[in-house]
Amino acid sequence: MKRELRLMKGNEAVAEAAIRAGCDGYFGYPITPQSEVMEYITAEKPEERTGMVVLQAESEVASINMLYGGAGAGKKVMTSSSSPGISLMQEGISYIAGAELPCLIVNVVRGGPGLGTIQPSQADYFQSTKGGGHGDYKLITLAPASVQEMADHATLGFKLAFKYRNPVMIQSDGAIGQMMEKVELDEQEERLTDDQIKEQYPWATLGKTPDRERNIITSLELDPAKQEQINLKLQKKYREIEKNEVLSEEIECDDAEYLLVAFGTSSRICQKVVKMARDEGIKLGLLRPITLYPFPVKEVARLAGQVKGILSVEMNAGQMVEDIRLAVNGKIPVEYFGRFGGIIPSSTEVLEALKQKIIGG
Amino acid sequence: MAEQLTKEDIRKEANIVYKKTEVLTDNVLHYCPGCGHGTIHRIIAEVIEEMDIQSETIGIAPVGCSVLAYNYFDLDMHEAAHGRAPAVATGIKRLLPNKYVFTYQGDGDLAAIGTAETIHACNRGENITIIFVNNGIYGMTGGQMAPTTLEGMKSSTTPYGRNIKQMGNPLKMTELVAQLPGTYFVTRQAVHTPAYVRKAKKAIKKAIQYQEREKGLSFVEVVSNCNSGWKMTPVQANKWMEENMFPFYPLGDIKVPEDK
Amino acid sequence: MAKAVGDIVVDIERCKGCEICLEACPQDVITMSKKVNSKGYRYATVADEGCTGCANCAIVCPDGVITVYRVKKAG
Repeated sequence: MKRELRLMKGNEAVAEAAIRAGCDGYFGYPITPQSEVMEYITAEKPEERTGMVVLQAESEVASINMLYGGAGAGKKVMTSSSSPGISLMQEGISYIAGAELPCLIVNVVRGGPGLGTIQPSQADYFQSTKGGGHGDYKLITLAPASVQEMADHATLGFKLAFKYRNPVMIQSDGAIGQMMEKVELDEQEERLTDDQIKEQYPWATLGKTPDRERNIITSLELDPAKQEQINLKLQKKYREIEKNEVLSEEIECDDAEYLLVAFGTSSRICQKVVKMARDEGIKLGLLRPITLYPFPVKEVARLAGQVKGILSVEMNAGQMVEDIRLAVNGKIPVEYFGRFGGIIPSSTEVLEALKQKIIGG
Repeated sequence: MAEQLTKEDIRKEANIVYKKTEVLTDNVLHYCPGCGHGTIHRIIAEVIEEMDIQSETIGIAPVGCSVLAYNYFDLDMHEAAHGRAPAVATGIKRLLPNKYVFTYQGDGDLAAIGTAETIHACNRGENITIIFVNNGIYGMTGGQMAPTTLEGMKSSTTPYGRNIKQMGNPLKMTELVAQLPGTYFVTRQAVHTPAYVRKAKKAIKKAIQYQEREKGLSFVEVVSNCNSGWKMTPVQANKWMEENMFPFYPLGDIKVPEDK
Repeated sequence: MAKAVGDIVVDIERCKGCEICLEACPQDVITMSKKVNSKGYRYATVADEGCTGCANCAIVCPDGVITVYRVKKAG
């Protein structure tokens, strides 16, 4: 496929790629450090370019519920926000997951808790990968580590959302959102017509025509036996997702004796750490989860049979390290190193932590 | 011709002057005896049948007593989280601008937890219809105080009557949204007598038809009863509603289109 | 002058006995049954004579359980 080359911010790339993926509607509310997403989309006049709808809502609560309505109609809908705004959306996300609807949510994570900071962070790992709102549900969570992946994950995100009728979260951070890199963009995909939606997504609420029963979009079932069945069906879907959709990247892992695990911005730092360590003769590899949910459990378990110890490098107080430990299941030491509050760890301090906590320990 | 027509003579298909509309399903309503929700559901369904727009209408059910409204309308229906129906409706209408979209919401849903979504959908002038059922109480959760509970009115969380100093004032949401430039038609109706049902149905019909004009949001409040929550018989509740609710929530059109 | 003769059929099992139709009937020909339906509600019944088929009862019935018939009779 012919791909157009551009120099863009991560926030712009995800927006442009979403338009090109045939997105039907964007609903959002401004918050730093992701406001460029809606700014970019409005400047592009998507109503003229593709007929896409864009609306600045009165809150993140309203945005996610606008997505809920649009998704019910079988439309490709997206929103973007940053951590405090994503917290506000949790109610709506839970409903969307419960009603099994597709949508794309971009979280350009900033440091918390509370109003926290506007600097990059990975402190929303638990929120994204463990559900976030009430009830037993999962978000497919993609973790881009470059501007290119911000674009690619918009396309992939919509694909997975519709494949599984499940909300997809792109968990980026303030660094990836704000930095500029070159990006190759896909060609414009046509938006689906209502007739195509009716054909492809028979569950969509496009109006009850005489040829079918009425469609009801709901997450409510008061009969406990039926509600349990609904939950079992969801769990079955999540197992399918875990089986089919894990994405990760392994860097210098073939002969590695020690392993770093990191995603997003911290994985970029870790690439440098691998090089520095190897210059010193330490055989270090890096596993970069691209999907945070489903987590690359098998990959971690396989590498745990090869390396002597794992260091999880995160821009939070140690969240992904729990998933790594579950995958390793006590076989080898797993430690965590991280900075938080909006600070990106330096390669020197990561290497130092590796030596102290894993190699020396 | 025989002097007396027998019941068999009268009860013929050709002589039917009133029967349940096909736009309602055959599911038995879960509402309490005498509750206005059933009547309001029915007249909405009748309007949709008369306008012949069943295949072009999407309804949004709220949280509250009418949470299961989607079981009764033979329409494509969408659930909303508590208070969020106007946002859900906005999402649908923006992406399906040629469809008719209505929300059905109670007073707790619309005037308390969903105040922001209501005001902003009204202010943006979304081309949707909001049906707002005000019975001054939270029925589903067991009769707690609502934003519209009258001063002095007893509820399970105001067992000695609503004290304005402590609990604040009842909210006239309909007058409030009528102030907003985005609303096109705002009216307050009731459904406890045949005459009022006929008027309310006309208002709902206009409110849905106006979506075709793309001039803004139509808002129909229906002051209704909650005999279980009010702890009265249905007939007593309707009388109490006339004597107490109507003076504070006066019936009639509040904002009518200037370009009639 | 034409005079209308009417009748109503109540879906007994769906009637909840709220009595709002009694209040709405201008002819006062609706009464509540002595028996109850399977849910335990008394249900609306109509007298043998006097119904004009005005449909007021059906219009206010919250449960939509009343079907109304009407015949115009030459007087």
